[in-house]
Amino acid sequence: MRIELERRPRASTAFAAISPLLALVLTLFFGGLMFWLMGKDPVATLYTFFVEPLFDVWSLHELVIKAAPLILIAVGLSICYRSNNWNIGAEGQFTIGAITGSILPVLMPQWHSVLLLPAMLIMGMLGGALYAGIPALLKTRFNTNEILTSLMLVYIAQLFLDWLVRGPWRDPQGYNFPKTISFAPEAILPELLDSGRAHWAAVFAIVAAVALWFMMRFMLKGFEVSVLGQAERAGRFAGFSSKKMVWFALMLSGALAGLAGISEVSGSIGHLQPSISPGYGFTAIIVAFLGRLNPLGIIASGLVLALTYLGGEAAQLSIGISDKISRVFQGLLLFFVLSCDTLILYRIRLVFSGNKTEAGAQKNV
Amino acid sequence: MFEAILLTVMTAATPLVIAAMGELVAERSGVLNLGVEGMMIMGAVCAFATAHMTGSPYLGVLAGIGGGALFSLLFGFLTLTLVTNQVATGLALTILGLGVSGQLGESFVGLAGTKLQPIVFPVLSDIPFIGRVLFAQDLIFYLSIALIIGVNWFLFKSRTGLKMRAIGDNHGSAHALGINVVRTRYLAVLFGGACAGLAGAQLSLVYTPQWVENMSAGRGWIALALVVFASWRPWRILAGGYLFGAVTIGQLHAQAFGVGIPSQFLSALPYAATIVVLVIISHNRRTTLINTPASLGKPFVPDR
Repeated sequence: MRIELERRPRASTAFAAISPLLALVLTLFFGGLMFWLMGKDPVATLYTFFVEPLFDVWSLHELVIKAAPLILIAVGLSICYRSNNWNIGAEGQFTIGAITGSILPVLMPQWHSVLLLPAMLIMGMLGGALYAGIPALLKTRFNTNEILTSLMLVYIAQLFLDWLVRGPWRDPQGYNFPKTISFAPEAILPELLDSGRAHWAAVFAIVAAVALWFMMRFMLKGFEVSVLGQAERAGRFAGFSSKKMVWFALMLSGALAGLAGISEVSGSIGHLQPSISPGYGFTAIIVAFLGRLNPLGIIASGLVLALTYLGGEAAQLSIGISDKISRVFQGLLLFFVLSCDTLILYRIRLVFSGNKTEAGAQKNV
Repeated sequence: MFEAILLTVMTAATPLVIAAMGELVAERSGVLNLGVEGMMIMGAVCAFATAHMTGSPYLGVLAGIGGGALFSLLFGFLTLTLVTNQVATGLALTILGLGVSGQLGESFVGLAGTKLQPIVFPVLSDIPFIGRVLFAQDLIFYLSIALIIGVNWFLFKSRTGLKMRAIGDNHGSAHALGINVVRTRYLAVLFGGACAGLAGAQLSLVYTPQWVENMSAGRGWIALALVVFASWRPWRILAGGYLFGAVTIGQLHAQAFGVGIPSQFLSALPYAATIVVLVIISHNRRTTLINTPASLGKPFVPDR
């Protein structure tokens, strides 16, 4: 038996819509299988993992808190990937954004002003954008592969943060714990509702997603992104500059990752510490693909991926499964998303024997 | 003293060389597999678990190779049979590998490992200076050298190697000539996975004989960079791998001696060095174009 692909005359809109759902169903099925192999009741475990967190006001807030950075980063990445710029270092841009955004509250704790928070957010975006500017510079100026450079910069950013919070920025009254001083109330991103912790990052995420959706759908810049991503030569004939696009895509996604970073630190943590992210920058890659690189789709997929984090925590508490299982779910999900996307462009045929002789003859040429 | 440092450099370089060697073969056939990190960590956990349960590090080595190869098959199925985007699928493989290995290795955290013992060649190892360095090493080191010689011979002296390079440079023409592009690429991907798995086994059986989550610490990515650094030529991988091994060990020694530079900056050195080296190698657009397999990363659907 072999699998053959037959190109569809045109991309299937039906499969474009259902492929993410199909991927979700397959992930749940394999997840259940995995729980069953681990000796747990698959249905009950999946229920604890993916349904129970939705019934609680507290965990709905947590869901929004985790979805916000994922969506912010992923909409930026979607512009990168659409324009064929493979920024996979969003985790590093997130970290640097958190650091540059924290300069004011850490070094000038006596400055209390309504301007403090906006200044922090802008500095966070600038930091993330400039950090993403490094791979952009190296790609446009030195022709260096942005995949590897942006990833290497993640490790460097994390080590830099580690040095800051253990060295120059450590809280002198912090009993030697590796953390900075706690931010002043003016430097804390306010909560949205009285019922829980969800804060303004969620609003930033929605605004960013809608704005970028608008850009991709109705603005020349969005057209430029798609053309340069799909056919660089055609784009050049149209007068678009692929070098400028590298800068635009990387710095935009860096700025959004940086905003996610400072929002997370200011809204959820309240100080800097060695670890500020459970891998949001990498999970956002999955979010971007599950949302089919469409900013509005990404809002939905961000919530789904946030649920895997929550479900992991819930499963660890109530069933005694390690929360590392969420990483497995996330990886599986990306696999199924990518395979289901094949159905959009191709028809899949299973060939049982039949023209084997022909294939054999081809081989012996 | 010098001998001791050289030995540690070799231990640090060996996994990079092996993983890069596997990736080199895959890329020569035109497949860009960014999942090296994931396959490596799967190899590491399989090797550690098997060695721990059976008590035999050699079975561990086999399990590492098998784990990496099996895992790469997943990548092969998606990118070669379902023609998915290679960059995205490679990332998926890395994310899944880090997740699955963390899950599998959960019960092995903190356990004492089984170290792969050196194989000492009786007379040769007594040669002054180079004897102990070259002839009293563990199995995986010898394999790494054999791999370089073997891959070099295979790619440039054997018929199949020539076909593989043809596929990597122009899969359309290779297909028209009757070469089975997809099957050859499957084998190349499997070989890459087996090598990454072996590199992982070296990490959990030789370099630090224990299981730590995410213990590959970006080495899979450095191996990917090494392939670019080596401009897809096997012997240059050896040079590049040892250069990175030296940087890694050098910064560790600098940390131990306390040179007044924060340890985090020293730990960042191998990653920074990777960026610098990539910039130097790829700044000349023309030589990069000549060296890169022309079909690298491009999807291929055989027309029937």
